[in-house]
Amino acid sequence: MVNIELKNISKSFGSVQANQDINIKVNSGEILGLLGENGAGKSTLMNILCGLYRPDEGKIIINQKETHFDNPGDAIKSGVGMVHQHFMLVPIFTVTENVILGNEKTGNLNYLKIKDSEKKVSEISEKYSLLVNPKEITERLSVGAQQRVEIIKVLFRSAELIIFDEPTAVLTPQEVKELFKIMNALKKSGKAIIFITHKLHEVREVCDKISILRAGMIVGEVDPKKVSNKELANLMVGRPVNLSLERKKNKTGKTILEVDNLSVLNENREIALNQISFNVKEGEIVGIAGVQGNGQTELVESITGLRNFVAGNVSYFEKKMEYITPREIHKLGIRHIPEDRQKSGVIANFTVSENKILNDYYQKPFSSNYIMSWGDVERVSETVVKNFDIRTPSITTLTQNLSGGNQQKLVVGRELSNKVDFLIASQPTRGIDVGSIEYIHKQLIETRNNGKGILLISTELDEILTLSDRILVLFEGKIIKEFSSNASTEEIGLAMAGQS
Amino acid sequence: MRDYLKKKIISENFDFEEILLIPILATLLALIIGCLFLLATGETFENILVAFTNLFIGSFGSLNAISETCTAATPLIFAALGIALAFRAGLFNIGAEGQIIIGGMAAVIIGFSIDFLPIWLHLPLALLFGAIFGALYAAIAGWLKATTGAHEVISTIMLNLIALRLLDYFLRLPVIQKEGRNDPISKSVLETAQLPQILSFIEPQLRLHSGFILMLVAVVLVYWLLFHTTIGFEFRSTGSNPNAAQYAGIKASLTIILVMGIAGALAGLAGSNQIMGVLGRATPGFSASIGFDAIAVALLGRSHPIGVLFAGLLFGALIAGGRLMQVKAGVSIDLITIIQALIIVFIAAPLLVRNAVPWAFKTKDKS
Repeated sequence: MVNIELKNISKSFGSVQANQDINIKVNSGEILGLLGENGAGKSTLMNILCGLYRPDEGKIIINQKETHFDNPGDAIKSGVGMVHQHFMLVPIFTVTENVILGNEKTGNLNYLKIKDSEKKVSEISEKYSLLVNPKEITERLSVGAQQRVEIIKVLFRSAELIIFDEPTAVLTPQEVKELFKIMNALKKSGKAIIFITHKLHEVREVCDKISILRAGMIVGEVDPKKVSNKELANLMVGRPVNLSLERKKNKTGKTILEVDNLSVLNENREIALNQISFNVKEGEIVGIAGVQGNGQTELVESITGLRNFVAGNVSYFEKKMEYITPREIHKLGIRHIPEDRQKSGVIANFTVSENKILNDYYQKPFSSNYIMSWGDVERVSETVVKNFDIRTPSITTLTQNLSGGNQQKLVVGRELSNKVDFLIASQPTRGIDVGSIEYIHKQLIETRNNGKGILLISTELDEILTLSDRILVLFEGKIIKEFSSNASTEEIGLAMAGQS
Repeated sequence: MRDYLKKKIISENFDFEEILLIPILATLLALIIGCLFLLATGETFENILVAFTNLFIGSFGSLNAISETCTAATPLIFAALGIALAFRAGLFNIGAEGQIIIGGMAAVIIGFSIDFLPIWLHLPLALLFGAIFGALYAAIAGWLKATTGAHEVISTIMLNLIALRLLDYFLRLPVIQKEGRNDPISKSVLETAQLPQILSFIEPQLRLHSGFILMLVAVVLVYWLLFHTTIGFEFRSTGSNPNAAQYAGIKASLTIILVMGIAGALAGLAGSNQIMGVLGRATPGFSASIGFDAIAVALLGRSHPIGVLFAGLLFGALIAGGRLMQVKAGVSIDLITIIQALIIVFIAAPLLVRNAVPWAFKTKDKS
């Protein structure tokens, strides 16, 4: 039995108040949902609970006793365990080796008692029906199974409170169901659980109570049975949110993009895309659904000139594209929202206006004869900042000082403020706030309503379903099924898991 | 353009502590620790005071001192500008030393071999050859990186060694070696290829030459290139985020070769300046590790042309003042090397500075 209470926790970083006067409580046999947008302060709070940060004010009370964590080791000893969003596993280790890492049982001369540990791992795995072979090499496991290893790791260290940090982000809908079963089993056996997410229906499905975090403060504690998605969203964002989008019926025109038997290799020279064919027409959004790592990155890179393909054809308005470069793509009127804004969408230590001109700096009016005309850059940037609702102190602010949502709006604004014929939107709303998601979705729909074509690649099934006119499911480098826009989550989910 | 500059300077991007305070404190701390070194070697307080007073007098105390400071700073700043430019494009150009040697060799050959040109043609021609050969030499490293991925740090270090040995070889070639000499020393640069002294009308012994003015022009040009041309935009993009630059359609390979070429040209000019403004001929080791000190200058100047200018003047002052210090206080000029090294340690580890003088900082370290 355990009960854990965070009392009046405050934490600030410089002038940013990340957590302010937060009170939460979770008992044995209870799942607490912690709902909040990116940047609401969820991670800070959990890092305090895991001993990574020390709170400026407030107490951590475990079983009525005030406790101080000086480092993550202290938190583990007190029974706090975290299942990280990004797995902390060594790929070439076996399951058992990963589980015991940092906690190895040894005999004389540091002899590693791996057999004992293997036995304990299978015991845990059986007790909580966490199906996984203790001797399997971790990198051969599916994402869902790797997550189970993370959970076993936490249980192996006899955690009583288990924190799940956005655990569903990488899972198919079926795997999510499995995870919820596991969470319920853990709950029944008396563990306390904190479930962090920004997905509304998930918290309502599995939690016993929900705390909503906004701008570093708890803005509501609600009973999942008595609350609707809409109410939750309003609390989370702090204003009424329009979750459904109006989509006029589309009239498709000419074929813009024709992908024919495209095959592409990844960095390890393995087949990432295996003879895939599809097209995108004017006036439609074609959504590519699939669990991360099934060839999405390679698909986008190969049609935007960032990666060579080994076989097949890509045609743009019936013209074959061969040996294309990103610059030629841009000149053709193809706009590209890259999947990772930090990696390639923006340059963090450039100003907002410098990022605005990132891919057309060489053209008029931004420069002529190799000489930049910053006056024009600023004029255009001001308009884009205004038109695309980018919240920034000024256009000379460094982009790294903007929130993720505003950085993404800057990318979207940059791409859509030019003449668009075809848009490739890859994970256009990953890791950003609901308000920005709403805004970007509207922009995409508007682009489509203007008769342009959009290829949307997203691992968020909800996003694919809200926006797409047609849905293609990518699994292990193949398009295994096509759906219309009114397909159900279950159907698509099965396809995402490879069952067609 | 002026509005833009104004905004750039007063905008929130200008991090006073990072850009100004840390370099200044690093220099002060290095001087203090330099004192401690002297104490540890048994120097008396008085003598240390004499040493530091003369360090100052020797660098700024008289017109001649200032002339010496600027003369020493000129090649340092030339080479450091190139290194800073490469830094901005994400390249660590360790090869300035070799580029100085090759550029200087080119300048010396043009300088003594062409005897029919007037000064207004001969002088620019020699400078031009110095720049071109420096550029070509540096571009080798750029080309290797762009085509094979060879790391520029390794290749420029190797090119430094090759340049050093090439110099020894060239200085013994009969066409280059001074007539009637057995030691490796080149013929002297003709008068038409010497950078005219600019303060000799006041006092004839003032060594400051017109290379100083060229250097100031180079500072402005590099600033302009970096912040006001599309080429500079490409350099900075590639240096800050190569993935984003590739996404934006910037060809990394071209950028790498171009930036190395320009860096080499600037280092080549540094070498030409030494040959045509100070030495008048090439000797083994005429580069006097300017290319390595310039790395420190580029670091201290935060890879910004204006910062490089001031950092270079500081290093020039240390060199010029160090000579007087050695004469008057009997303290070895090696102390200057120690101080320079300490400055770099502090610049490379700003946390040390923050911890040494915590009360000077308002904001906490972001990292």
